[in-house]
This record gives sequence, C-alpha cells and structure tokens, in this order.
Amino acid sequence: MAEVSRRTLMKVTGALGTSMLPAVLMPDAAPAQHDHAHGASPAQVSPPSSPTKSTSYLFFNDEEAAFIEAAVARLIPKDDQWAGAIEASAPNYIDKQLAGAWGAGERLYRSGPWQSGTPSQGYQLPFTPAELFRTALRAINQDLAQRPFAKMNPDEQDSYLKALEAGGKDLGGVPSDVFFAHLWQCTVEGFFSDPVYGGNRDMASWRMIGFPGAYASYYDLVDQYGIKLDRAPMSLAEDAHGHIHMDPGIPASSP
Amino acid sequence: MAQRLKPVDMVTIGVGLTGSLAALELAQAGLKVVGLERGAPRFTVPDFQSPAIHDELRFSIRKGMMQDNTKVPVTFRNNSNETALPIRRWESFLPGQGLGGSFVHWNGQSFRAQVADFIYRTHLLQRYGQKFLESYGPDLTVQDWGVTYEEVEPYYDRFEYLLGVSGKAGNIKGQIQPGGNPFEAPRSREYPNPPLKETYFGAIFRKGADSLGYHPYPQPSSNLSRPYTNPLGLKLQACVFCGFCERYACEHYAKASPQAIILPVLLKNPNYELRTNCEVLRINLDSTGKKATGVTYVDGAGREFEQPAEIVCITAFPLNSVRTLLLSGIGKPYDARTGEGVVGRNYTYQTTGGPTVFMDESININPFMSSGAPGTMIDDFGGDNFDHANLGFIGGQYVGSIMTGGRPIEFHPTPPGTPRWGLEWKRAVARHYNHTILIQQHGMSAPSRLNYLDLDPTYKDAWGQPLLRMTFDFPENDIRMSQYIADKVVEIGRAMGGKIVVRGGTKRPYTTTVYQSTHNCGGAVMGDDPKTSVVNRYQQCWDVPNVFSLGGSSFPQNITYNYSVTIGAITLFALDAIKNKYLKAPGPLVQA
Repeated sequence: MAEVSRRTLMKVTGALGTSMLPAVLMPDAAPAQHDHAHGASPAQVSPPSSPTKSTSYLFFNDEEAAFIEAAVARLIPKDDQWAGAIEASAPNYIDKQLAGAWGAGERLYRSGPWQSGTPSQGYQLPFTPAELFRTALRAINQDLAQRPFAKMNPDEQDSYLKALEAGGKDLGGVPSDVFFAHLWQCTVEGFFSDPVYGGNRDMASWRMIGFPGAYASYYDLVDQYGIKLDRAPMSLAEDAHGHIHMDPGIPASSP
Repeated sequence: MAQRLKPVDMVTIGVGLTGSLAALELAQAGLKVVGLERGAPRFTVPDFQSPAIHDELRFSIRKGMMQDNTKVPVTFRNNSNETALPIRRWESFLPGQGLGGSFVHWNGQSFRAQVADFIYRTHLLQRYGQKFLESYGPDLTVQDWGVTYEEVEPYYDRFEYLLGVSGKAGNIKGQIQPGGNPFEAPRSREYPNPPLKETYFGAIFRKGADSLGYHPYPQPSSNLSRPYTNPLGLKLQACVFCGFCERYACEHYAKASPQAIILPVLLKNPNYELRTNCEVLRINLDSTGKKATGVTYVDGAGREFEQPAEIVCITAFPLNSVRTLLLSGIGKPYDARTGEGVVGRNYTYQTTGGPTVFMDESININPFMSSGAPGTMIDDFGGDNFDHANLGFIGGQYVGSIMTGGRPIEFHPTPPGTPRWGLEWKRAVARHYNHTILIQQHGMSAPSRLNYLDLDPTYKDAWGQPLLRMTFDFPENDIRMSQYIADKVVEIGRAMGGKIVVRGGTKRPYTTTVYQSTHNCGGAVMGDDPKTSVVNRYQQCWDVPNVFSLGGSSFPQNITYNYSVTIGAITLFALDAIKNKYLKAPGPLVQA
C-alpha cells in the first residue's frame, strides 16, 4: 500500500486488536471512526445530517424516488432509539441495485414462454427487477396523481401499502402483491446488508440487533455462554488495509 | 463441428466432490484423467478470502456460488397435471457451480447413514411385515440399495479421515460410547477429531433434550475442531466460528472442501488435467448404444470438442447427473403413467423445518458465533429408531439446534402476531434477534411413484438442450411423519425455556420459493435389479457399463441425514471396484 494515512494506521491497530481485546477496549462505535481514506461506501460519505437529500439517484426519477422514500419510511420507520430505513439509506441501496446487474436480471432465468404459475413455482413474470419497479411505480404515481403518496399522512400511507400488499391492484401488469414483496425484500436488504452496497448507513441496523458484521473469528468467545458483545460492528469495507475486496480475483491479504 | 481431441482413459463430468475423488483414485492408479467442470476455477487463496467472502448479499441472497441458472435452470411442477415452469431464481435448493462444486458451499454436516437405510425395504418387511408396507399403497417405492452398511463401513472410515470429521463416536464395533449418538451405526474407530466446542444454543438444547430423556450428542462436522493433516498430507485448520459457512467458501482451510482436502494433490498429478468453464452436452455412444465413446463439450469461448474416453464418470450434482443420462439416451426414461423405466424414477428430497424458540431477553444467544455444523442433536426420532408399527408412517428425522450464523437479511425472527412490517416489526426484530433459537427437524422424504425427473418438453438451456423437469410434492407419509415429530420437538423447545415456541413440520404443497435443502437425490438409483435401478451396487450403468454415475443420484430414497458423507463412502466403494475389478476386465461388474 503506497499511502498510509495516520487514521488508516490507527484503524489497522484497532482491527487487528479486536480479537484480543476485551469489549471495553474496542474501538469507539462512533460513525466518524468508520470513515476511511480508502474504500468508504457511498453511505458513509454522505453527511449524516441530511440522509436523503444527498442521495444521487442513478435509477429513480424524482417521482419514483419520492414514493420509494415515503414508502420505506413506513415499512421500517425510525423511532427515538433506532434508525429506520431512511436513516439507513435504504433508498440509495435499492436505487443502486436497480441500476446495476441485479436490476437488469442477474441470476434470473429469462427465457419464455411466459405463463402464470402456481405459488409453488415462484416468480414467472417477464419483467426484470428494474422493469418491474419502473412499471409498477409509474402505475402507482398515475393512480395517485391527484394526491401523491408522499403527501399522504402516515395512516393513509399504511393503508395504501396494505392495499398493495393484499394484491388487489394491477400495476401496469405487475400484480401489486408482487411489487410489494419486491419492495419489502429490497427494503430489508437495504436495512440489513453490508454498507458497501449503499444501505445500512453507519451499520445502524446491526447496532440495533447486535450483529457484529464481518468479523472473522469467534473461537475464543463461542463457549463464553451468553456473553454480551459490545463491539462496534465491522463492514466489509474495513479490514487491515482499509480496502474493499469486491473482486474475488484480488487477494485479500496483500504482503 | 466438434474438434476431436486425443483420447484419454477417463473423463469426469463435473469436478466437485465425486469428480475430485474419482480423478484422484484413478489418476493415482495410472489412468489419464480429464476433469470437465462447467464453472470457474477457484481456490482458497485468493478466491475465498476475507473480508469479501463474508458478504451475505452476494453469497446468501444473490446465490453467488450457485449454478448459473440463467443458462441451466430446472423446471418444476407439483404434479403431472400441471405445466412445469422454470425455477427462475434458486431458492428451495442450491446446486453449486465452479471447481469443487456444491462441496465448497456445503455446511460440513457429516453424518453416516444407518444399517437399516441400505436395506430399507428388507428392514421394514422384517420388522413390520408385508401388511404394514402394503398399507402405504402402491405409491411408495421404497427399495434396497444393493450394498450393505457393513460393506460400505471401511469407505465411510476412509472418507471421514480424508475430511477430518470432528465428532464423538456413539458406537464403536457395537459398543455404545458415552457422549456420542447411541443410535449411530457401528463404526470401526473414533472420529479423526474431537467435536467442535458446543455453542450456547447447543448447550440450551442439550439441557432441554436431556430433561425429557432424549440422547443429545455433538453433530459430526467437517468444520474441524483442531488443526489436522489428512492422509493425503493436506493441512487443515480449526474452525473459528465465523458464522459464514453455509452458501460460503471457507477462507481458513477449516472446512473440508475439494480445495482443502483433495485438489492440491490431484492437480500435481501429471495424469490429471482439469478443464474449467466446460459444459458437457452429452455422453457419446457407439452404434450399439452399449458403449460410451467419450463426451462432447463446449468450452467457455463456445468451441465444441469431442473428448474420447474409455471410462466416463458422471460426477455432477444429482439433478445434473440424471439430466446427463437423459440427454445421452442412457437407460430407459421413467414413465410415471406405466411405472416403467428407471431414469428419473425415485427422485426424493428432504423434509426440513423445525420450531422457532423465543427466549427471554436476558439470554444472549449470539447466533453469529457459529460454524456450518454447530449442532447439538438427538437421533431418537431418526430413521427407524422408534417403533413405527402404529404410527401410520415410515421414516424419521433428526432433531437439533443447528444455527449456522446470524446473518440478518436471512435471519430476523419475530413471534406470531407481529405485524409483517412497520414500527412494531422493527421493535420485535430488535427484541428477538439475539434471543431466539431455531431447532432443525431434518429427515427422510419417502420415494413415490408420483415424483420423478424427466426432460422438459418446452424449456431449453443456453445450448438449446431440454431442461430437466422436476415433478414433486411431499408424499402424505412425509407430512404425517414430520408433524408427529413436530409435536415432540415443541416439547423440547418448552423444556429449553422457550417463552414462545412456534411449531415446525413439513406442509404441502412443496414450494420452490423457500430454502429447504440441497439434498436432492435419486433419479438414477442403485440397486440389484435393472428394472428398478439405473446403476448397480458399484454405481455402474446397467445399460452402458463404461459409464459410472457417481453420487447422490444413486440413493434409492433419501435418508434421515445430510447425504454428503454417504456420497463419499459409496463413491470410494465404487472406485475401489473400478480399480481392482473393472480395469482388469472392463465390462459389467454385476450380471443383470
């Protein structure tokens, strides 16, 4: 590694030390400590004070983004203790997924003929995830042209989401329950997945449940029954070198 | 036009567990062996390294290690009256792809089958009588394997020492051993390594099961409990309980995979050549149809080759092995209407799914401190370990607490009555994530005349060949069996101190949309009668004796247990026969 900042060096020490140090000596959990010279995720770069304004959407247009932001805020709301999907920047996660390979149908068999199947047969629509969101969101925003979802009060929003979930509506060929299931799954992913994907900002959801993230070893702890683990969680973006190894061809342990 | 390559002695279709074993044994015996793997080459270093390997989204959710289903999926229907449709995303089962196959992303749960499993029909007749078996009607096609446990035991032993299985013997040469599984089939010696450390959820399960008089024991694991050098001289490390095992590769050389236990030796053997990104289209037969001449495959650049070989070993994932036989015209395809034919017959699956036990908030389970085989188990309801005379079903399940991690996209349990989303959902997740124990019920799925594999009439793969069509639903037997056991397991959950225990058990219809098990088996089963089996006891095709179909597709019906170690054992048994009998006199090893 050519350039090593003081902060990175400190981080190296902290990361290497975690398996040996008692919990009280763990690196501070404050978000600022997770800011790296290298490999910081988009979510970590965003200023914490204005979570959604700073999102640069690659996929969603303004109307779509308005619905998504308002919807995920109801699906996983914030409370006085823990962040919700907005604070965790789940919309940014969903946007990047839809703009990328997954949105384009990665690992989705896409040959016809197409016909609706039984529930046991799973998803059988020709839409890629990106097409599915775009189609359904257009239909929803047309449906709500007079009173956009984002302008409704929370109770009305919940009622509308429940109606989508119940499956009564046809959203331009996308059954509304199918759209809702995709939206919910993406929201859960954006809330819980590693921050390198643009959601779970500051590992807020991991702090909430006590999931420590990408630590590699619990050998010494696994038989300390019931121990309360107070470590700050760790993202894929943080290892001894502060690099993200998203490419499996790149060794994770450079000399 | 296919380019014809220089002939070799043997070719394996697939380089996973059975493909690595077959190549190792026969290259060491002096044969020139080519391994054809449809996926990419990949190795512990650099491919499986941290932190990238600890990526739940990529590997668990997006199925990063699995068969490329945009090229070759499977079509599915619950019964013959429906139209099969492609499984467009893997969920219910997850065939692996790439060097090492599914044996890279497996959990390392390393059981043997029982004595009765190999002679299942005979055993049931002897214990319960003809009337008992007939009472299940003509649909259940239970049969014997054509090989006995006693014959396979030395190969179990060899395979376990190759893997470095960590466990506690329950039965050494008929002597019940304290601390092990008293229902275990007799073993010739102790496991190569002691059991893994017991997890907290395991210890809680042990206490609950003990209090009810059951027989808890540590799950045998191919995540190793200590550093170990296997008989090939390959070094493995102790599992560190990273919590990323199932659906992941091991970065630590602590899980027995082909990369860790076989390939470094095999790849140095000058008799062996590995070719990756090669998709085998078919096995070629001569004009008699009774001898294979080799295989035709397409490489990653789309070039077609013919690889002549004296012996062809089908060493793919079980579903793909059956498809290869069907695409090659080897063996008579099964016809569900008449019950005749064998290829595709007796496809079986696994019954899974147990209760969720919600504990007090003061109890920190720390599910993320885990391995792939961290269970504390009981076998009191396994196989035929309990009297079935008046129960109305055959078969059984093992039961245990086996939480293979706490990765939160997949695992965020909430008790019944919790809203599916919203603030109350979030609060319930926060409350229960670290205070919930899952118990696994895992067992047999009975073979049925109605469940089978054949070629799909409509859907094609990326090379224009028909997809495999799966017709499957759980037989009524499985529902009765798993629901009977579900009642017992709820009691264990309560004895563990569960505040809320949500009952498990298998339900119909079988659905492809929820993960259940990757123990798809049968479809090209072994036996001693060519009318009811595709391969003989040496997994040699009855119809084309220079083709061996090795692996889980040979199971006449599924067993209670995870099948990998039994696959390894019957494969080593077959390879010994190839080395010691077939090579001396090529031809059928068993006369039909």
